[in-house]
Amino acid sequence: MSLTAADVAEIMKVLEGSGFDEVLLEIDGLKLSMRRGGAGAADGSGGVATLSAAAGTNAAPTSLGTGTSPAPNVRGTGSTAQPTSGGQQSAAAAAALAPAADPAEGPSKTTASTDPTVQDVTSPLLGTCYRAPKPGAPPFVEVGTLVNEDTVVAIVEVMKLMNTVRAGVKGTVTEILMRDGALVEYGEALLRIKKAG
Amino acid sequence: MAIRRILIANRGEIAARVIRTCRALNIETVLAASEADRDSVPARLADRTVCIGPARSSESYLKVETIVQAALGTRSDAIHPGYGFLSERAALARMCESQDVIFIGPTAEQIEAVGDKLRARAAAEAANVPVVPGGAVESIAAAVLEGRRIGAPLLVKAVGGGGGRGMKLVERLEDLPAAVELASAEAGAAFGDARVYLERYISSGRHVEVQVLGDGQGTVVHLGERDCSVQRRYQKLIEETPAPGLTDALRRALHEAATRFAARLSYRGAGTVEFLVDRQTGAFYFLEMNARIQVEHPVTEAVTGIDLVAEQIAIANGSGLRRELANIARTGCAIECRVNAEDPANDFRPSPGVVREVVWPTGEGIRVDTHIQPGSRVPPFYDSLMAKIVAHGADRAAALARLQHAIGATRLHGVASNLSFHAAALADAEFQAGGVDTGFVARLLAERPLMEVATHG
Repeated sequence: MSLTAADVAEIMKVLEGSGFDEVLLEIDGLKLSMRRGGAGAADGSGGVATLSAAAGTNAAPTSLGTGTSPAPNVRGTGSTAQPTSGGQQSAAAAAALAPAADPAEGPSKTTASTDPTVQDVTSPLLGTCYRAPKPGAPPFVEVGTLVNEDTVVAIVEVMKLMNTVRAGVKGTVTEILMRDGALVEYGEALLRIKKAG
Repeated sequence: MAIRRILIANRGEIAARVIRTCRALNIETVLAASEADRDSVPARLADRTVCIGPARSSESYLKVETIVQAALGTRSDAIHPGYGFLSERAALARMCESQDVIFIGPTAEQIEAVGDKLRARAAAEAANVPVVPGGAVESIAAAVLEGRRIGAPLLVKAVGGGGGRGMKLVERLEDLPAAVELASAEAGAAFGDARVYLERYISSGRHVEVQVLGDGQGTVVHLGERDCSVQRRYQKLIEETPAPGLTDALRRALHEAATRFAARLSYRGAGTVEFLVDRQTGAFYFLEMNARIQVEHPVTEAVTGIDLVAEQIAIANGSGLRRELANIARTGCAIECRVNAEDPANDFRPSPGVVREVVWPTGEGIRVDTHIQPGSRVPPFYDSLMAKIVAHGADRAAALARLQHAIGATRLHGVASNLSFHAAALADAEFQAGGVDTGFVARLLAERPLMEVATHG
């Protein structure tokens, strides 16, 4: 027995209507984990919007956010379909999740690249963004810089509190989208990375 | 200093309402919106919208630092907090004060003074405003003594509560110790403040509140009262002004008490002083003061012709109270229905979703404050208020007839609404006679347990 795209959509619906925040399912070597938006959803209201927004995140790899800020960003709350054997089911699951993504709930107005090997690093919160650790210092990254998941790429300041933003992916910086010292919104793309491999 | 750009730290109909006045005053607007509200009607109306965080309010609308940062980052001169969310958080007012951003509302100190129910009670007593017999209790033994003095039935209330939250009714004195213990534990968990106080329970009371405006220098004017007795579980559903059936002496006494209370605080901005009027004795008691614009402010605007949001902005701008406010004429009667996305046939359960089709009423004396258009979504994360339908007429009968017609003319599909409740309430003989107490909705629903929802689907 394997899981079809329709099955995954059905499971999402069940999760939506339930009082649970998380589903972990293992069938025939396929492992599926889904979580409602805002892990540990405090308002208990959960629902379609959050779930679909989260679903959209991983279904469209280009809109993946990252960061280590106190505000959980989309990546941390996403649903993931992880195959433990054979990538085919995973692709089917992703396909099932994608149509559920609601444009109204999607990440920011940034025109995300449609190239699946390119990924935007988005701001985990609203604040002032900085490209360097302090005024006058060289920027964390430039176009062409090789980064890995943990490389710090920017700082977003909210009322004197500095939040570091990490690349979240291994690759090469292809574009800097942020302006040093400018206001960035939650979910706004800061820079673009061409994924390695 | 002139306010030229305002950051609106709110959503829904009140965000749209504030934007409307800002436009009239030629003030630019920046809307601080969560991810779920990025495509809302207010977001389209505002000159600029910034996304402050994810849908969940604790990560967006309730983040003080983010809101102030958004104001600084967009070079807004002032923040309008609307109602709910951060509107009565002293922390926001205080951070604004320290960052030279104008907070359109009272001072942090005033917010604290009225937010603490015991301090507010003491302030009322000091201003010679009657309070419900009762007082603070620091121990079970003290509660028993105080309970004996007040007599049953009585209410145990949380000092940090308000609006019906953290309240327990005690019918017999022997149940008091257990109720105090439980209320205190619950208040500690819910409000981070375990203090409770006792109040005599008024079995048949009306909720009457007085709108005030203060210049922050000790001058306060009132703009008449509103009767908000039509409530379900302390949530107001229908509000009107003037309060029907009050004697002139009682009405004047309420206005004067509210003005005295606010003046003693040198209150700044728009505020509302709430009273409980005992229907049996005609006595009235101070309940609490709300240090913000109220949901139901349009009924006051309808009969006074005053734009309360414009007055809030003028006061925040340092212009004080305009001379016209010293002598406000109030003409006719205005009644408001809150149209919520909740299902009366299912115990008023919230009904989030997408509004497929909506036709709001129009006509002589009708005002609709809303952020809902066809295709609008009602997200599950926030309160369910979709619109306020307000009718103004030369007298109560005229306003009521217009409102009934307007409710009947409203078409709403895609989400459930409480329109059927409003139709039933407005047609009820007791409501039509006027002056119902806060038990009215419970009685109405007991008579008609399953309200048909013609608007569903």
